[in-house]
Amino acid sequence: MERSEQLRNAVPRYRRESADPPYLHPDYVATRTRAPRRPLVPLPQTLSEVTGPIYGHEGVGELDHDLTRQHEGEPLGERMILHGRARDGDGRPIRNTLIEIWQANAAGRYKHDVDRHPAPLDPSFSGAGRCVTDDEGRYRFITIKPGAYPWKNHPNAWRAAHIHLSLFGPAFATRLVTQMYFPGDPLFFQDPIFHSVRDPRHRELMIARFDLGETVPEWALAYEFDLVLRGRDATPMED
Amino acid sequence: MALPTPSQTVGPFFHIGLPEDGGEQLVPSGHPHAIQVLGMIFDGEGNPVDDALIELWQANRHGRYDHPADNREEIPLEPGFRGFGRDGTDGSGGYRFVTVKPGPVPHPDGGMQAPHIDVSVFARGLLKRVVTRIYFPDEQEANESDPVLSSVESARRAALVARAEDGSLRFDIHLQGDRETPFFDL
Repeated sequence: MERSEQLRNAVPRYRRESADPPYLHPDYVATRTRAPRRPLVPLPQTLSEVTGPIYGHEGVGELDHDLTRQHEGEPLGERMILHGRARDGDGRPIRNTLIEIWQANAAGRYKHDVDRHPAPLDPSFSGAGRCVTDDEGRYRFITIKPGAYPWKNHPNAWRAAHIHLSLFGPAFATRLVTQMYFPGDPLFFQDPIFHSVRDPRHRELMIARFDLGETVPEWALAYEFDLVLRGRDATPMED
Repeated sequence: MALPTPSQTVGPFFHIGLPEDGGEQLVPSGHPHAIQVLGMIFDGEGNPVDDALIELWQANRHGRYDHPADNREEIPLEPGFRGFGRDGTDGSGGYRFVTVKPGPVPHPDGGMQAPHIDVSVFARGLLKRVVTRIYFPDEQEANESDPVLSSVESARRAALVARAEDGSLRFDIHLQGDRETPFFDL
């Protein structure tokens, strides 16, 4: 390859350190038949993995971040602000990335055909939102606090209350789907999805912080949840 | 340096939050170079996975990614082609995309990689995504010299090459079991 071509190909790689759970966590029963069992094949990060879909603001409506204003009426439940920053492992803001969220309503019911929990649907709540991070990586949603709900993983199993988040970051390699939990949830001890992250310090990374400073008096409580995507490797790709 | 936020499963209800918005059409059906890529996703007991989310990421037919890290300006971008697709499996575990065959892209050690599509699968029971690649059956020579494909043990390589079938390309994904698809760690 010509030297000039090598230089133009000097694009970032992303570090491999991770707090991710293993694929197989037998307490979460569905992993038993779905977790890959063979060793993963190491993949060098090529141009295919250090690029990824870029979203602008196209396709994101002005009110898409406000889950309380998607219907005629207001949803029932405890109104809350969910906000934070998306950064990489070195603290650099993740700008202009799409964040998608989805959640149960205040009664713990998803507006989804597969959800059989006998709790009421709320005609004023769909439970999905999206926004694009700003130049400092900041995002903000307005929603209602989701309820806990039962599932069939083990006898008397309940999911700790959570909000699902999906974001892309700058590359295929940085794609993240996670769940945000609430501080002090009494259901943590029996939730195998939460506990699939084995190190308690790493589980803390999934728990939002109650944020008195961002509450809006006489209107809504606030939680801060920072998202961290993989940091860049210092070694450029040409090496 | 901070650790990344841990991954958690996408769960069974992602359809409400990750809309497909026609995401399985990377190009319109009538596109002159359109191809159809389809397949099924199976669990370790051979049952179809009817609640998986599958995402594609690929270069355009000239081999250019629509991304600032790909600044090879001599290779054209195609307006309207982002290279990203998203589909949820249906009741029988099937997915289907309409796209174009990507061109070859460079490998960091020099030379070109065989044309391929990067794939992520998310599902209930997957605490983090699995990553694989779709290669093309009409690229035998390029596939044989592809450094990524060659890094997979030879007996499993064929599982990463789509099969031509009734005018479409079929790529089935087995999450677990004797026919487990090779998955990558990136």
